[in-house]
Amino acid sequence: MDPLIEARALTKRFGGFVAVDGIDFVIRPGEAFGFLGPNGAGKSSTMRMIGCVSPVSGGTLRVLGMDPAADGAQIRARLGVVPQEDNLDTELTVWDNLMIYGRYFDLPRAEIRRRAEELLEFVQLTDRRDSRVDPLSGGMKRRLTIARALINEPEVLLLDEPTTGLDPQARHMLWERLYRLKQDGVTLVLTTHYMDEAEQLCDRLVIMDAGRIVAEGSPRDLVATHATREVVELRFGRAAEQHAALARVRTLAPRVEPVADRLLVYTDDGDATAAAVTADGVGAASVLVRRASLEDVFLILTGRTLEE
Amino acid sequence: MSARMGSMRVLPPLGARQRPWRMVERNVLAYRRTWYVFLSGFFEPVLFLLSIGIGVGKLVGKLPFDGHLVDYKQFVAPGLLASAAMNGSLLDTTFNFFVKYKYSHTYDAILATPLGTGDVATGEVVWALMRGAIYSTAFLLTMVAFGLVPSWWALLVVPVAVLIGFAFAGAGLAGTTFMRSWVDFDYVTLALVPLFLFSATFFPLSQYPAGLQAVIRLTPLYQGVVLERALVLGHMQWTLLVHAAYLAVMGAVGLRVAARRIGRLLQP
Repeated sequence: MDPLIEARALTKRFGGFVAVDGIDFVIRPGEAFGFLGPNGAGKSSTMRMIGCVSPVSGGTLRVLGMDPAADGAQIRARLGVVPQEDNLDTELTVWDNLMIYGRYFDLPRAEIRRRAEELLEFVQLTDRRDSRVDPLSGGMKRRLTIARALINEPEVLLLDEPTTGLDPQARHMLWERLYRLKQDGVTLVLTTHYMDEAEQLCDRLVIMDAGRIVAEGSPRDLVATHATREVVELRFGRAAEQHAALARVRTLAPRVEPVADRLLVYTDDGDATAAAVTADGVGAASVLVRRASLEDVFLILTGRTLEE
Repeated sequence: MSARMGSMRVLPPLGARQRPWRMVERNVLAYRRTWYVFLSGFFEPVLFLLSIGIGVGKLVGKLPFDGHLVDYKQFVAPGLLASAAMNGSLLDTTFNFFVKYKYSHTYDAILATPLGTGDVATGEVVWALMRGAIYSTAFLLTMVAFGLVPSWWALLVVPVAVLIGFAFAGAGLAGTTFMRSWVDFDYVTLALVPLFLFSATFFPLSQYPAGLQAVIRLTPLYQGVVLERALVLGHMQWTLLVHAAYLAVMGAVGLRVAARRIGRLLQP
């Protein structure tokens, strides 16, 4: 299948600062593709270039087979965009937000009305249709923004940090809606710094750090390739104790990563390593065995956590 | 095959010329709920006409204008109309534009659609002109009702008000793209108050010292006041075209600068 979006050595510079440093990726129709990385990794800049609202500084980018520099308006006509910061029209009602957004895409009013009814149903905001935007909760605003992004029945939905700032319940509701869209064949492209979001939603993702792509694959493949099967988390009462224990723990497992409040011990047999640590008497206040995640992949590849 | 069909999918017809009108549609929707805000632009010049034109006019009596004696309220009304055209077009292109671009990020959402920065700039100016046209029409009718419009040339009063609006809308939009915070808007006020008071709005240019007269002749609102007064009183002459050209160039340059600046600000 022809790629929907294709980037070669894609670069974004702001003056002397390089935000995106020559990245390559291919996004295929129907998949959910993620850019995972900490704040400042270059994810949003990449999204803005795909969305044809930020000119490419170097390399090539093709979106829907077209060139953003030449065919921006035609590309944007087929995209849906959910930005990081809510930018609903605060001077309009929920309903009018959808109506006017459809008009920006030059759709006939009767058609917009039909779609707006459906979309409000889809994001469960039908009973708020005459409300203004400001009194809506964060989760409702997000859902309305998604409904707005779908008014032109886009082939690709771009979501920049879609659940940042939402409570857990609102996040899960949003994930469920996005999952349904994916099943309907909409290609999802999202950025996130939440590894659970990436694991939940993405078929394939790239991990970005400092403007570069450091790894690529499905969540499962990334964990299998770059991390061990399990992780033992050791917490200590005081930072000095953790510091003192680090050398001892390193003799017990090939890979140990110290983070702010704990040591992460990478191992294929968590229980055995936990037992060894306890037997060795390193004095950890708590010992927890868990499966490795994308968070660990990021830590192993960059030496930092996603939240830093 | 299916992929090829996909890429050949017929796009909705996106008439590039229609796109700025979407901004107008948006503003109509927004003001539909705050129509009382909209009305304020009409009452302000009417209140000035009643207080200054008719009230103060009683004390002033008649003024010499172009070799004739003219009733003071007749002299001042076209000046108020020109000022109203300026103010009306500046509301949406300065303060309201700044809010939408800096705080509510309305334009970021709009630029994610097929609309581009040129469409946004043009659309906001067109809207400001329509608003100005409505105000000046209402004010002209008020003047007619008070018997202040002796000449049929007054039929051109509204088109010229739109031209004044165009000049200030373009310049206002361009200037606003350079604003960093609300503090900078003090400069707008600082520019507007003297323009309003000293563009031969309330008394003839001949009242100023010669050096100041030369300065005033170069300021933008003066061009509009001269044009509107000539039309209302029916004192037509060829030099009016120079004043009109001044306003047209001011608006065109402003609009162009604004479109480029909006691109740089909103699509870095």
